Amino acid sequence: MKFLLIPVLFMTLVLNAAAIGVDKDRLQDPAQEDRAQHIMKQLRCLVCQNQSIVESDAELAQDLRAIVREQIIAGETDAEIFKFMTARYGDWVLLKPPFNSATAILWLGPIALLLIGGFLIFRTIRQKPEQDVTRPLTAAEEKHLKKIMKDNN
Amino acid sequence: MPLKRFLPLFIFAGILIAFMIGLSLKPSEIPSGLINKPVPDFSLPPLQGDGIGLSTADLIDPENIVIVNFFASWCGPCRVEHPALELLGKLDGVKLHGIAYKDRPKNSLSFLKSLGNPYDKIGADLKGRVAIDWGVTGTPETFIIKNGIIRYQHIGPIHQMQVDDLILPIIKNLQQEGAS
Repeated sequence: MKFLLIPVLFMTLVLNAAAIGVDKDRLQDPAQEDRAQHIMKQLRCLVCQNQSIVESDAELAQDLRAIVREQIIAGETDAEIFKFMTARYGDWVLLKPPFNSATAILWLGPIALLLIGGFLIFRTIRQKPEQDVTRPLTAAEEKHLKKIMKDNN
Repeated sequence: MPLKRFLPLFIFAGILIAFMIGLSLKPSEIPSGLINKPVPDFSLPPLQGDGIGLSTADLIDPENIVIVNFFASWCGPCRVEHPALELLGKLDGVKLHGIAYKDRPKNSLSFLKSLGNPYDKIGADLKGRVAIDWGVTGTPETFIIKNGIIRYQHIGPIHQMQVDDLILPIIKNLQQEGAS
């Protein structure tokens, strides 16, 4: 039975991970709760910054989750909830940064690099191999060559 | 072409400069979205008794530069910046107000009793909801306000050095701004 131990251990770990972001006061309507979860996954926890507020157990994340749920019940649209968050914490609160002048390099940079790289590869492939530049042997070289041929024979 | 040979060096230098700038940034400091915007609408109870401790109306003051400091008795760095706040609270033409963040009023009161109370008015933000309206991510945070517009946000404790080098020049600038 020992062989079961490790899989069971891993299973408990997975269950733990799923438990984060599950609050006692979840919304009654499963469709509304789904919407709440969907929004919360896109909002950055401002305390533990590379987690979304669903994944974080920080107090501020709990408060923000409660606010998302309250606003859904109050009939706010997704866009209105995101607007509420960005008005307070700036675009930083969004895990997916919006496209604007400050993030243009972020969004367009990879495309630009791909185009530059593609162009360089294209140019390298298209380039004809350099032509052999052959020049006739000098008199001294001709003599040397003849000597080698003679020696070999 | 000799310039072409140095191209990798130029690219490397560019990356190096980008890294140097990137490493000196502080990604943990998230500026509030409220800079240069009016103070949010709020009204908080006092630490003791009934009525209003601090509200939006207290922050729209044409006479003074208003400073709002979010603090809590359980917050260590708040103790660190306390001497700086005492100094700022005594300045001419400056009003310093406090908002106790997620703190039991009893604890806030004993905190202020032992260290001294630098604040003119204090509001108790028991649930931390008003702090969210200000774009606060934790204590301590300090806002400098002129005519009801948030002009500067300081994240983390104000160190003694920063009072002279950072905060006082900002206050002075804001004071002169209107005078001219």
